[in-house]
Amino acid sequence: MKTETPRIFGIVAEFHDHMALLNAARKAHASGYRKLDAYTPFPIEGLAYEIGFRKNRVALCCLLGGLTGGIGGYFMQWYALAIDYPLNVGGRPFHSAPSFIPITFELTVLCAALATVIGMLALNGLPRPHHPIFSARNFARATTDKFFLAIEASDKNFNARKTAQFLRECGATNVSEVNDEG
Amino acid sequence: MNESAKEAQLGYPTQLIGERDSYESATRQIGSIVLDQKQPRSWLIGFTIAFIGVMLLMVAISYLFFKGVGIWGINIPIAWGFAIVNFVWWIGIGHAGTLISAFLLLMHQKWRNSINRFAEAMTIFAVACAGLFPLLHLGRPWVFYWLLPYPDTMGLWPQFRSPLVWDVFAVSTYFTVSLIFWYAGLIPDFATLRDRAEKRWKQIVFGVLSLGWRGSARHWARYESAYVLLAGLATPLVVSVHSVVSLDFSVGIVPGWHSTIFPPYFVAGAIYSGFAMVLTLMIPVRRIYHLENMITDRHINNMANVMFATGWMVAYGYIMEAFMSWFSGNRYDAFMMSNRFAGPYAHTFWVLILCNILVPQALWSRRVRDNHVVLWLISIVINIGMWLERYVIVIVSLHRDFVPSAWSMYGGTKWDYAMLLGSMGLFVALIYLFVRFLPMISIAEVRTLISEREEGTL
Repeated sequence: MKTETPRIFGIVAEFHDHMALLNAARKAHASGYRKLDAYTPFPIEGLAYEIGFRKNRVALCCLLGGLTGGIGGYFMQWYALAIDYPLNVGGRPFHSAPSFIPITFELTVLCAALATVIGMLALNGLPRPHHPIFSARNFARATTDKFFLAIEASDKNFNARKTAQFLRECGATNVSEVNDEG
Repeated sequence: MNESAKEAQLGYPTQLIGERDSYESATRQIGSIVLDQKQPRSWLIGFTIAFIGVMLLMVAISYLFFKGVGIWGINIPIAWGFAIVNFVWWIGIGHAGTLISAFLLLMHQKWRNSINRFAEAMTIFAVACAGLFPLLHLGRPWVFYWLLPYPDTMGLWPQFRSPLVWDVFAVSTYFTVSLIFWYAGLIPDFATLRDRAEKRWKQIVFGVLSLGWRGSARHWARYESAYVLLAGLATPLVVSVHSVVSLDFSVGIVPGWHSTIFPPYFVAGAIYSGFAMVLTLMIPVRRIYHLENMITDRHINNMANVMFATGWMVAYGYIMEAFMSWFSGNRYDAFMMSNRFAGPYAHTFWVLILCNILVPQALWSRRVRDNHVVLWLISIVINIGMWLERYVIVIVSLHRDFVPSAWSMYGGTKWDYAMLLGSMGLFVALIYLFVRFLPMISIAEVRTLISEREEGTL
């Protein structure tokens, strides 16, 4: 059941500057394309919004991590010093809340920071050693000075010829078809 | 308006990025230091000297393991000695890195963008050096894990009411958060190096380190959220770390330690010494690697200004300490202060005032701030002054506390000095490796600056 022609990942267009890319992304989204992504050498304000990306949920990871660390940290200290091994030090109460604050704070920050970074990477699907976009022509420049827009073949409006034509009209300097070798 | 006209009008250097730098040229300039530039001869010479320091540290630590902490000058009542002085000094140095990378990011200070990577690296290496000292000072460092809460067969827990245990949590959290903040910042730059590397093994190494980063707009959106959140977490963290370090002292009842001004005064001192260390390192690095177009006169001037301002906060701390020991009417406190001014360690105290308060007054002058050789020398003087400050706090307070029969004198032994010099060697060696093997300026953030310059929004 092998097909002769390789599966297409999508059409990738190259742009010279980020304003051209922003305009193209806006037009593509307005023309009904939904499975699209842009690749840039530095973060561009509003670009993710233009391709229809709204909720990134990283802040939620941070919040959950922070709550876990804070509540867990305080609970640990309370359990250790008031329940499991009560020790009278200078007549202080076993449950001495003010003394528990510094460690509660540190563990809040620690867990929130770890959850933020791990959450960001997990939501991004990283680490991921390979991706079809890497075989796009000139894509090595995407981490230096070129800006790319990809419309993926899984999009319901995708048509190799028409989509390529559309991207050329958007001002792309270089349009190429990328195969999905995976 | 061009930069020189703007500079003449405002009275300080204004340029953040060279006028001719493009995405490609900036990427090549920073990336090539890592990828293919032959290192300047000074790299090899400097690294060799630093490496001798690392060897000295190894010898000092080995002998310490062999003989025990008796090889140091510590005694009773001065049980803390050099180890704690060095610990507080190093950890303070780290604070400037987090301040630059996190606090200035939240404040939208764009001048952080080309110095944050270097400053963060400095933070991590300084905290690593700091962490050595309390561990070695334990006497039985091989059971250091008793400080951590883990289900042990003895059925014991750490004493969470103790500031020394708070310190363990504060410093290890600080190190971990600084490390992941630094690594998160490096991911896009690793991808750049992966795509520019010509040798296969370099492509693989940087490819693995970049985690497959491809610069997708969705990824950048999450990345930027994560970065700002980390900055928001790191900012209160950095304030908490040196506050907790100061509580190691101020929770105790020793005259000269038991003071409520300690947390803010320690934090200000930490930032002061940290900026001094950033300048000490960055002035030569920018000259050697010809990075004047990215680390501009404005960066140096701004850092000198922050250093000067925090220097005054530290001076305020000194004045308030002296005032409170008179105003409190506590005779032990009053004696401690007169002992500091005129006791057996008075020379240390007055050299500290000279280094930390008098010499930096030269920074009022723009000509001094613009003369990088003089500024570099001042930053070294401040580093020395801040070490002496901790010496005065730890040793002068401990050596004469309440009962004269318990008084004693202290002096570092050759092993104390070997540990201090050795930790400096370790720090400098790590900095040398960093500038050789990692991009010392954030390439992605410099590209953002360039795009803003093109749009005229910088």
